[in-house]
Amino acid sequence: MTDVLAITDHRRGDLRDVSYEIITAGRQLADETGGDLHLAVISGTVDEFADKLDREGVDVIHTVDVGEEFNHNVYTQVVTQLYDELAPQYVLTPNSVNGLDYAPAVANRLGLPIVTDTVDLDTDGETLIATREMYGGKVETTSELADNAVVTIRSAEWPVAEGTGDAAIEAFDADIDESQQGSTVTGFEEVGGGDVDISEADVLVSVGRGIEEEDNIPIIEDLADALDATVSSSRPIVDNGWLPKNRQVGQSGKVVTPDVYIAIGISGAVQHVAGMKGSDTIVAINTDPNAPIMDIADYAIHDDLFDVVPALTEEFQ
Amino acid sequence: MKILVTVKEVATVEDEFEIEGTEIADQYLGADLNEWDDYAIEEAVQLQEDGIADEVVTVTIGPEDCEQTIRQALAKGADRAVRVWDDALEDVDLLDVGAKTEILRAVVEEEDPDLVLTGVQAGDDSFAATGVSLAEDLDFEWGAVVNHLEHDFDDDTASVRRELEGGVEELTEIELPAVLTIQTGINEPRYASLRGIRQAQRKELDVQSLADLGVDESAIESELELTDMYEPESESDVTVWEGSAEDTASELGELLREKGVAP
Repeated sequence: MTDVLAITDHRRGDLRDVSYEIITAGRQLADETGGDLHLAVISGTVDEFADKLDREGVDVIHTVDVGEEFNHNVYTQVVTQLYDELAPQYVLTPNSVNGLDYAPAVANRLGLPIVTDTVDLDTDGETLIATREMYGGKVETTSELADNAVVTIRSAEWPVAEGTGDAAIEAFDADIDESQQGSTVTGFEEVGGGDVDISEADVLVSVGRGIEEEDNIPIIEDLADALDATVSSSRPIVDNGWLPKNRQVGQSGKVVTPDVYIAIGISGAVQHVAGMKGSDTIVAINTDPNAPIMDIADYAIHDDLFDVVPALTEEFQ
Repeated sequence: MKILVTVKEVATVEDEFEIEGTEIADQYLGADLNEWDDYAIEEAVQLQEDGIADEVVTVTIGPEDCEQTIRQALAKGADRAVRVWDDALEDVDLLDVGAKTEILRAVVEEEDPDLVLTGVQAGDDSFAATGVSLAEDLDFEWGAVVNHLEHDFDDDTASVRRELEGGVEELTEIELPAVLTIQTGINEPRYASLRGIRQAQRKELDVQSLADLGVDESAIESELELTDMYEPESESDVTVWEGSAEDTASELGELLREKGVAP
């Protein structure tokens, strides 16, 4: 057992970026175990997807033509059947919302340990060394696993696989037990349309938990007015109902790429960073010099936002 | 309907801290109710207030110290609590998903709830996998990352929205019994009232050992061994502006003018 089985992710007809990243992660592991990299694409237009996924380093692509969209019961059954058939050492899945909706079930059904949200993987062929974060990104840890395992990988941590491959494309005939399907996807909905599209803004003044309470939001709005900028936010501000959903930047909100992103009182959780790291210039205002946002900021002010923001507003009024 | 909510006391870390071996030194650690679980408790209590749930029970794996956190959940409206602890758990560095699943399954089998609510993840170890693993183990249905739950449960079905990436939500029908992992923002968690806090002191908090639950000690041996912990290296070449708020604001102002994005 030295092979790696990596499962791809797609939604509404498009492969998601992590599907190309998981090829890189899977190839790296398979090189270390000395095995083959098997890719699986489950549901949707699997043949079209397989053509796109045939990139350098992939040995076999298993197409599983079952249904249109993601269903966790189907994925759980297919992945466990592929595991039984291929007997890989590791099963890799994206640490996406859908990955987290079937990978733990697969691990449980197969009696395998699971390690989630990994940012780096290494193995000597027998022991897997998984790197992941704890305490909201404040520390990184390594854990060892001396067994076969299910591993979920964080998106944007491995480069996208490039190049054209010559993988064998094989249709996998999965045996789906309909009686196990106790959940049905009935549709999708885009949320938080609204009047403002933060993904179009040139300058975003973005506010996070550091603002402390709703009554303080106007100081951010005043700054945005003075700069002719748009107000956006991290998740907790929207969760608290202090700003509408269409202002949320991040994995579950909008991806933004403004000329300047001013992160005010935002610690920089990975889910937030995923939505704004493509900004041209990032400025962080935060009292904590060790906040993860400092790792991606171009400029930083380690000071109280309640002092700095009004001073900046005054400059432009 | 009976609802079981998993409640975890998580470790919180101060801005400045030191690491000893594979742990953060005790003096830099605090303890708090896991943020995601707070939303799960609120959802359960709202179901009770809407007349859908008859009883809300919490379950926590943790030592006696975490009873204060459990009382928070009781003060917010949960009816009673189960706490699982055992000497065998004292020395476990990192309780992995498999071990948590084994313990929680035993509690679910004893309590026999119609619905289990968990937070999407724990703020400290961030596995985000126990809820789905538990559902599979129990042969329950499940839904991960739920940010909306309809409270009518027509035909013993939970109508939920799952929060996908990029501002898209998936609408899903899930048969009961089920485990739902609850995302922040699904509701607005309440603060415990003084009356609630007083009442919580009188609510039942049942402590169970592994033997009480019929869980074999070997089942909680973690397959994952924590071997290193360190502060992530910064890859940034950030320019830090220093000085008074006026000075730093002026530096930032100058940058914005240089970039041509401010008047």
